[in-house]
Amino acid sequence: MSNRLDVRKTYKLYIDGKFPRTESGRYYKWSGDKDGEVVNICLGSRKDFRDAVVAARKAFDPWQNRTAYNRGQILYRIGEMLEGRRDQFLAELTLQGAAKREATREVNGAIDRLIYYAGWADKYQQLFSSVNPVAQPYFNYSITEATGVVSIVAPEESSLLGLVTAIAPVIIGGNSCVVLASHSKPLCSISFAEVLQTSDVPSGVVNILTGQRAELLEQFASHMDVNAISYFGDDAGEIKIVEENASLNVKRASILPEKDLQKNGAQGPYHILKTQEIKTTWHPMGI
Amino acid sequence: MTVALKSGIRTVASILDSARSVDQVGAEERVSRLFKRSVKKESKLTALKMALSMIDLTTLEGKDSPGKVKQLCYKAAHLHDQFPGLPAVAAICVYPTMVAVAKNELEGTGIKTAAVATGFPSGMTSQDVKLDEVRKVVNDGADEVDMVISRGHFLKGDYQYVYDEIAAVKEACGNAELKVILETGELQTLDKVRRASDLAMEAGADFIKTSTGKVKPAATPPVVLVMLEAIRDFYYRTGRRVGMKPAGGIGTAKQAIQYLVMLRETLGQDWLTPDLYRIGASSLANDILMQIMKQTTGVYQSINYFSID
Amino acid sequence: MGNTETKIEFDSDWTYDPAPQATDFIKLQERYGLYINGKFKPSDNGRCFDTINPATEEKLAEVSEASEKDVDRAVRAAKEAYENVWSKVSPKERGKYVYRIARLIQECAREFAVIETMDGGKPIRESRDIDIPLAAAHFFYYAGWADKLDYAFPGRKTKPLGVAGQIIPWNFPLLMAAWKIAPAIAAGNTVVLKPAETTPLTALKLAEVIQEADLPPGVVNIITGAGETGAHLVNHPEVNKIAFTGSTEVGKIIQKSLAGTGKNYTLELGGKAANIIFEDAAIDQAVEGIINGIFFNQGHVCCAGSRLFVQESIADELLRKLQDRMATLIVGDPLDKNSDIGAINSKAQLEKIKHYEKIGVKEGGSIYQPECTLPEKGFWYPPTLFTDVSQSHRVVQEEIFGPVLAIQTFRTVDEAIQKANNTPYGLSGGVWTEKGSKFFKVTKAIRAGVIWANTFNKFDPTSPFGGYKESGMGREGGISGLSAYVELV
Repeated sequence: MSNRLDVRKTYKLYIDGKFPRTESGRYYKWSGDKDGEVVNICLGSRKDFRDAVVAARKAFDPWQNRTAYNRGQILYRIGEMLEGRRDQFLAELTLQGAAKREATREVNGAIDRLIYYAGWADKYQQLFSSVNPVAQPYFNYSITEATGVVSIVAPEESSLLGLVTAIAPVIIGGNSCVVLASHSKPLCSISFAEVLQTSDVPSGVVNILTGQRAELLEQFASHMDVNAISYFGDDAGEIKIVEENASLNVKRASILPEKDLQKNGAQGPYHILKTQEIKTTWHPMGI
Repeated sequence: MTVALKSGIRTVASILDSARSVDQVGAEERVSRLFKRSVKKESKLTALKMALSMIDLTTLEGKDSPGKVKQLCYKAAHLHDQFPGLPAVAAICVYPTMVAVAKNELEGTGIKTAAVATGFPSGMTSQDVKLDEVRKVVNDGADEVDMVISRGHFLKGDYQYVYDEIAAVKEACGNAELKVILETGELQTLDKVRRASDLAMEAGADFIKTSTGKVKPAATPPVVLVMLEAIRDFYYRTGRRVGMKPAGGIGTAKQAIQYLVMLRETLGQDWLTPDLYRIGASSLANDILMQIMKQTTGVYQSINYFSID
Repeated sequence: MGNTETKIEFDSDWTYDPAPQATDFIKLQERYGLYINGKFKPSDNGRCFDTINPATEEKLAEVSEASEKDVDRAVRAAKEAYENVWSKVSPKERGKYVYRIARLIQECAREFAVIETMDGGKPIRESRDIDIPLAAAHFFYYAGWADKLDYAFPGRKTKPLGVAGQIIPWNFPLLMAAWKIAPAIAAGNTVVLKPAETTPLTALKLAEVIQEADLPPGVVNIITGAGETGAHLVNHPEVNKIAFTGSTEVGKIIQKSLAGTGKNYTLELGGKAANIIFEDAAIDQAVEGIINGIFFNQGHVCCAGSRLFVQESIADELLRKLQDRMATLIVGDPLDKNSDIGAINSKAQLEKIKHYEKIGVKEGGSIYQPECTLPEKGFWYPPTLFTDVSQSHRVVQEEIFGPVLAIQTFRTVDEAIQKANNTPYGLSGGVWTEKGSKFFKVTKAIRAGVIWANTFNKFDPTSPFGGYKESGMGREGGISGLSAYVELV
């Protein structure tokens, strides 16, 4: 009788390019529908969120100063790495309750969406910037600039495609982010963090926490050093919390649907624009 | 106000008027092009040995003592006796209180004694104290004096003060050579580095030097390039050759060779000598020795085989 | 100004030993076929020609010469691939193919760089650090547009044109192939490309890469040959669009032969760019910009800064600095990592440059060339300055396409602008001044498609490139580069 014992994975948080446990030491039990194998998922705390924002802030400036080409290459690399790990994600999605065909569609969709946004890296600026013909002898131009640190409340139902849909447009635009992953389907989020870590994504650009919306939503929305928040969902109560707390520091708040993520409308350059500022500069033209 | 040290001297006002602008991106591109030079085989060995002979072996710590300085002086003259034919370093650089010790130890070696002075590294003390310090180290036998400019005055725009101070220190040096430290890390822009270089040379510097080594960044490639170009323009204008000393942040043989390439292609043959070029460094010598050994034996080296003093 | 006895001596006892780039891992075929419909096949009449290394005059390989029949085969393959395959591939998947090509170029980068240098004569430092990375970047950039074309043109959707016939020059062989192929296929067209006859090898290696990328057969076809092959391609009735980069002389011939055919075309032709240095320029960086402007790629650059205009008040100093800088330029074996200036691309080109040297001297120009030892075999020419010349001299008016800089002085801004524009060309220009408002004003006044302020010879796939007037029409790079390959509906 040779029963080989599995070495079970510990699911941790992803902060500043490292995989720490939650500083609170808490966990919640999670099991997939099928065989009832139980896994302990970190129950992220406000302090984890606080630390993640510090990491994201530190990572922001260097990240936004990389060339657009470089950011595009990195997103393409994330796509390559995810493609290489498709089996792992198929298994996790299945464990999380998806049928095989659905899981395959989701993995393909996630990879292709990463490639899609990689392609926008050095192009959205050409669409949204302009040289403005002001009626005075000035050279006047408007350019896009990343808004800063973005907190993201990722879709609950779509744990991989939803995650990519939330993160890609934010980071391709030069922002850094802190993500609250799906509570009910947490496995893919941490595995995705592993993909990020092997894709030349600098530490701190993406930080992923598992935990409860009820506990952390207010933190995500109120933190004074976060510049924007992207919330995926349609719960009126949650939306109110997000929008009210965002007003504390005039955070840019985007309320986004978490349905129909497979459709083309769920991706596009206008999603990038949501976390961009526009800066206009004047300079005289004269000898 | 001018100081009549040599003919052709300019007023501070005229130095500033003709101040050169430096484009940072362009300067960095020139640096990147220079650093692509591939120096191999014999030319690498020649460069390594040349670099060794140009080092101002330096110890500038609050915890320096006569014992420490004596050991360093011995190392200066005996870099790696196991390998014959190596040059000695150019000089030892120490704090004022260690000058007499160093001078004594270096007797007969041909290695110069350089002293930092003028309230090194910050320079935040009165001019009287600075000049006294200079006279003292010269008296103790210093062959060279490394002074610091008053960055506060410079950044405030009081260029006349900076100029006068350098000129006064030069006078106090007597026969000793004067190196003027610009502390480029605090000046921040290449325009200011160029302006400070011009000012220092006009005021009588024998060498211009990048840094004290106590402030980051110390010597950086674009800064060194700008200073070399300032030296070149000054030479064409006056016929006088001023030396260059990058200091701090040069820890590897590779960097040393890159700077030599920069020197060669900016100032040419005449500056490739310890009389006009020094490197302020402490751990560099050992890295160069390791590279020399690697070049001659073909095998990568370990620090365990070289003395640390 | 200055003591005339002062001189910087650049000759030194310490010189750089040869630093040759390794070439032992390069795999070249003895003979290359034409890449048509996904396979390499010999030309219809079996004719071949040699391609040599201009630095050594050694033969590198034999390359097939495409006859009219071969051109026809290639165009029909492209047309079929367009109608039956490529137009049915979803834009998203089209993009992925182009990404694959980009990645493969990156993986084989060093090999591409060495072959480029051996075939064309440019220094390995340039092919390694500029040509090949930019080529990969172009494929990357346009790969991203494939499924985003609906956003590129406000209010309009796009449709590909069909089959694009593309003819490229010998000065940036792989890069020009990238500039042509990437936007064309990303936008849904298929391609027949003819590389220059003296530099076919990197295009053929690109064909191998395209095979590796599993691009459907016929989407890209690469046929080698000379002027006749090019003419057959231009005149083929099934080609929907012609893209040509080369001399103005040939460009005009092509434009004429396309008259009445209804074919779209873009032309990227010659230039004689003015590089203007104002007295308030950052002078040492300006010197570097001038050097890069005219000696990059041995001056074989359509946008080279070949006319220098320096404000008279700094002219002497600038000239002295230029000459000092030229003294450190190393002319030599292109495969040596330290070479700044490589071989002239061909005997014919060398003869042309020497011809202009004679003209310049005869016209009364003063010539300056630093001392350099040129190798015995191969085609070489030293970096050269002509002073005491004016707008009326031929060496100032005509494109030499070599490392020859004509220098004039100017006094006022208006004079500089007027003389800069005083040419039938209009590809590029340079303006050097530290005063912001001045460079905005001057760059606005110069009639050229690419203007570099306080820099020169900078390229990027996002940045449109192309000329005014006889320097051509149409732009490559950026969104403008897409419009050449689509119909707006």
